Amino acid sequence: MSVVLPTAEMLPTPERGVWVAAARDIKLAMRSKGELAQALVFFVIVVSLFPLAIGPETALLKRIAPGVVWVCALLSVLLTLPRMFQQDYTDGTLEQLALSRYPLPLLCAGKMVAHWLTTGLPVAVVAPLLGLQFGLDSRELMVVVAGLLLGTPVLTMLGAVGAALTLGVRGGSILMALLVLPLYIPVLIFGAGAVESTMAGLDAVANLSLLGALALSGMVGVPFAVAFAVKISLD
Amino acid sequence: MSLFKYSAPSSFYPLAGRLVPWFGTLAFLLCVAGLYIGLFVAPEDFQQGEVYRIIFIHVPAAWMAMFIYLVMAFYAVLALIYQTRLSSMMMEALAPTGAIFTALALWTGALWGRPTWGTYWAWDARMTSTLILLFLYVGYIALINAIEDKKRSDKAGALLVLVGSVNVPIIYFSVKWWNTLHQGASVSLTQGNKMAATMLLGMLVMALACWMYTIAVSLCRVRAIILEREKNAQWVRNIREVNDQLKVT
Amino acid sequence: MLEARSLTLSRGERSLFEALSFAVDPGEALILRGPNGVGKTSLLRVLAGLTRADAGAVFLNNLKLTPLSDAQRAAVLYLGHANALKDEYSAEENLTDQLALDAVASSREARLDALRRVGLLMQRHVAGRKLSQGQKRRIGIARLLLSERPLWLLDEPTNALDQDGVALLLQTVDQHLAGGGAAVVATHLALPLRGPARELTLQENAVTTPVDRLAETQ
Repeated sequence: MSVVLPTAEMLPTPERGVWVAAARDIKLAMRSKGELAQALVFFVIVVSLFPLAIGPETALLKRIAPGVVWVCALLSVLLTLPRMFQQDYTDGTLEQLALSRYPLPLLCAGKMVAHWLTTGLPVAVVAPLLGLQFGLDSRELMVVVAGLLLGTPVLTMLGAVGAALTLGVRGGSILMALLVLPLYIPVLIFGAGAVESTMAGLDAVANLSLLGALALSGMVGVPFAVAFAVKISLD
Repeated sequence: MSLFKYSAPSSFYPLAGRLVPWFGTLAFLLCVAGLYIGLFVAPEDFQQGEVYRIIFIHVPAAWMAMFIYLVMAFYAVLALIYQTRLSSMMMEALAPTGAIFTALALWTGALWGRPTWGTYWAWDARMTSTLILLFLYVGYIALINAIEDKKRSDKAGALLVLVGSVNVPIIYFSVKWWNTLHQGASVSLTQGNKMAATMLLGMLVMALACWMYTIAVSLCRVRAIILEREKNAQWVRNIREVNDQLKVT
Repeated sequence: MLEARSLTLSRGERSLFEALSFAVDPGEALILRGPNGVGKTSLLRVLAGLTRADAGAVFLNNLKLTPLSDAQRAAVLYLGHANALKDEYSAEENLTDQLALDAVASSREARLDALRRVGLLMQRHVAGRKLSQGQKRRIGIARLLLSERPLWLLDEPTNALDQDGVALLLQTVDQHLAGGGAAVVATHLALPLRGPARELTLQENAVTTPVDRLAETQ
């Protein structure tokens, strides 16, 4: 047998689990490019629907821009949440993740990192283009991007709890939206609030710091909650 | 030790059965007293006239809406740490009452808002966060009903309520923040005039009545939940009323 | 090595097993038998730590295991009904990926050797979605070949395998047992293992063969 006996330096450092899980999910997402683009395309299309529904009046569009961008970002993250665990749950990978040498909370953290890199980050990157359509100036666009960069990780984290809790449940995705959307409200308020206060000539720092605080405190607790939810779903 | 004894459904079931009439009676008496004070003793408000009297149900309902979620969060911690089945059953029993009080608070708020501010709904911080609280209740109820396996739905529900309860202060704070940012639409709920002592008394008595009602109703409901879940256990078959039913069918 | 002490589990209103106790020694296999739906998979999942028993506990080398604790995850290799393979990955990538999760340090040569032994060397670039069920199972065997974990929990491992595949599986398990490992295997086939194997038959209505009446097949 070609078994290599583990030596001290070969034994995994638990933190590597974050990287192992993240690399895995990113690689998988890259393989199915169509899926990767879906959230982004959805975001662009839905944002573009608003001027068509409301009319091309620039002042009004600019007025609603922060809310539109944030609601659409929130919905496109929501749309991709099932991807985080559903496939792994169906094909048995989730069991193997739970049984992996790496601690499950760290693997879940890795999955969340991958999810954010493939949804939140692209959304934040294209948001300025859409902001231009709504007549936002460069300072406001910067706040949009900063807010999305700080806020979408929170959307991913809270969403992961909902996605893990509703695994294998009938009508899971609607139920997940029902569980997750109320929890998204603070992010929506602070994110859109940051842009609005910039538009009003005020400082966006307060709102952005609150988003950052949410993201940081989420990183401490959420992986454990997600891991617990995964264990519940596998039981 | 004696308290832990009652964490077993088989010993809690008869205890709950004995307690229900007491709390039910208390709820009824307090409700009669509270409504009497509220509708007949308390003076008319010099600004709002008779309309204000809806606060005797509105304010207690709003209090209970928040309080019941807090109690559920407490049971969620118990359920997750001690893995007591009864804690999860209590959560399941409390949730509908919590949702009803939340809906009642919103409804009576709207009925009160129309004559006083001329609108049924204002995006006031308190109303908005109460609405979100209703969503949280509905989410919990939907989740535990969607999961067939009881063991799993118990744990999932407890985790959801715990995550929710961590978020409730954040949500409340963010909504207040949002409200101050959008000064235009805000309506002040706080009355400028001092509240008469009898009004306060009526409200407190009504709040107590709602509290007793919640206990009575959730104990009733938890008894039904216990019977449903333990229907194959021998102790359930030994209960006289169950036994009589079994003979009839 | 492994000991189950008075395990009790129910699903919904149905009791699967009650006060079930047994032990598996190093170098020994325990074959789980019983009709479909009797709880073989559930028992394996309890032993793996995925499912929590209602009562009782699993001991590893006389240490009580907390479900999915570090000690349990380091000891157990569980192959379930689902193969945990990705359609998007090739056979080799799937194996590499699983070993990465297992935190098994293996060289490329070792992986290719394992794939050769399970007869997938030529198919190593074939995408998971194009592999047959039997070939998917063989990737699981390749994972077993490279595994360092002492306790194997195999759920119907012969499913979809052809005769050669079953022989390969038997050989792999035997090798594991000879090296002092242990295995619990749920199967409805006769598994002519060379090493010592005991059988545990789960029956409906939670009437289970007690440990002292276990049939010694060898």
